[in-house]
Amino acid sequence: MARNWWKILSALLVLTTVIIGLNAPLAPGITSVGPDRVAYGVNSVTVQGYNTHFSEAEDDLQVWLSNGSAVICPYELVILDDLRLRMTFSIPEKVEEAFFDLYVNNGTDGTMMLESALMQKDLTVVLSLPEKDKSESSCLRPMETEEAAWFTFPNQSILNETIRNLFFHVPSWFSMMLLMTMSLAYSILYLRNSNFKYDLFAGNAAGVGLVFATIGLLTGSVWARFTWGAWWVSDPRLNGAALGVLVYLAYFVLKSSVNDSEKAARLGAVYNIFAYVMMMLFIMVLPRMTDSLHPGVGGNPAFSQYDLDDNMRMIFYPAVIGWMGIALWIMQLRNRMSAIDYKRTLREYA
Amino acid sequence: MAYLGFREIVDVPTWNALFWIIVLFSAFNAAARSFASENTGRRLYLFTLARPEAVVLGKMIYNALLLMVMVFSSFAFYALTLGTSPLQDADVLGVVTALALGGLGLGLILTLVAALASHTDNNLGLMAILGLPVILPYLLILIRFSKNALDGIAWSVNGVYALQLGAVAVLSLALSYILFPYLWRE
Repeated sequence: MARNWWKILSALLVLTTVIIGLNAPLAPGITSVGPDRVAYGVNSVTVQGYNTHFSEAEDDLQVWLSNGSAVICPYELVILDDLRLRMTFSIPEKVEEAFFDLYVNNGTDGTMMLESALMQKDLTVVLSLPEKDKSESSCLRPMETEEAAWFTFPNQSILNETIRNLFFHVPSWFSMMLLMTMSLAYSILYLRNSNFKYDLFAGNAAGVGLVFATIGLLTGSVWARFTWGAWWVSDPRLNGAALGVLVYLAYFVLKSSVNDSEKAARLGAVYNIFAYVMMMLFIMVLPRMTDSLHPGVGGNPAFSQYDLDDNMRMIFYPAVIGWMGIALWIMQLRNRMSAIDYKRTLREYA
Repeated sequence: MAYLGFREIVDVPTWNALFWIIVLFSAFNAAARSFASENTGRRLYLFTLARPEAVVLGKMIYNALLLMVMVFSSFAFYALTLGTSPLQDADVLGVVTALALGGLGLGLILTLVAALASHTDNNLGLMAILGLPVILPYLLILIRFSKNALDGIAWSVNGVYALQLGAVAVLSLALSYILFPYLWRE
């Protein structure tokens, strides 16, 4: 029991992160506006919210459009239901920017913003308009918004509900890295003291690592479909990951294609070390220097830098630890199985 | 072969990529021969004579030089048969560096792979399986680098790729130097 605490811990962590990660609601947000073109004069559009509570907060609902330094307020606002608003507003002929940001604010949901919600049609875009008296046109009443009381995940445009994938996609790659590093360590140990046990362990670590790499590829593919619109895009990071999988498949082909098991172990260990260093170089270092769509690569900020809020962190870090623990646990079980197998074969030949 | 298929290629990316693919295939064959062509007796003789580090260094230098000569000569032949129009506004220093680094890197990386494959029964097949995922990223950077050089992009922009390629080549040299002795003892 005392030695197995980490297994229980990681199982519990994975269980809780799966339950909370899949069940906690997304923060309220604005998903779309229709129609999304506005012309000179009176316009009427419908605002589509997500997890919002418009009808609950009828009295303190505020909506405004922002365009450059101008703030445009609707003169008519109709709450259709919790998720839909109908707003009517008038647009001047000259605007500073081609895009309008939409803000919705109420006491229950806080302030929600949809960037570039509306686009101008047939308007004159002037770089700077004469400064207008703000107080005249402004509809902004000062109000305090309390933080949402329940536990929610940030509602990012484009990502939307798929933000939960962070708890599965990223930890599976972390676990794969951990296992491949263990496999490397076992291969080095094998070359140093030629104990056949270490070769079995290196193979097991790489095998379990491949399973996690497959999970990482699958979850990543689903995510790419949602955010980038395709199951697979040609991207340095993605190609690097695919090549990493190929390298370890090649490792198993090499080990199985040599009949002499001692020789197979030695060749496998050498290839494992060589391939690991090459793969790390190509996956981790080089894509950072070139352009990539993937977060954390080529100047793209990783999640943690700006849109991983405290609630996400509270689930994400335990998820990483939990999945890594599960990965190590599977590897340990497989190591024990192969150790027993190995002993039995030795006894049969003895 | 390429000449028979296309007669002339004007498009720079195609011209460039096809060249490196041809080089890749010939590099695999050339590197595989460096170990496969020697028999057990000669290997044993070498083993008694020299340290494994010296053997692998020799093989790597030989492979790198051989591939460089091959790359340069096939580039000349390729340009001759498939048209020199992509070379019009090329950065000469860049193209020469790309060719040199291509030969060097392919030779260095494939030496260890060839050494591994030579210990198995299915030499050439396994060479492709083991070598391709390891060499492919290097080749991708190389193709981008040489395409930029063909387009005449300034050295200050393109130099990063040359640096990356050089670093990978040096790293693979160091790794092979460390790992080869384990393959050699038999």
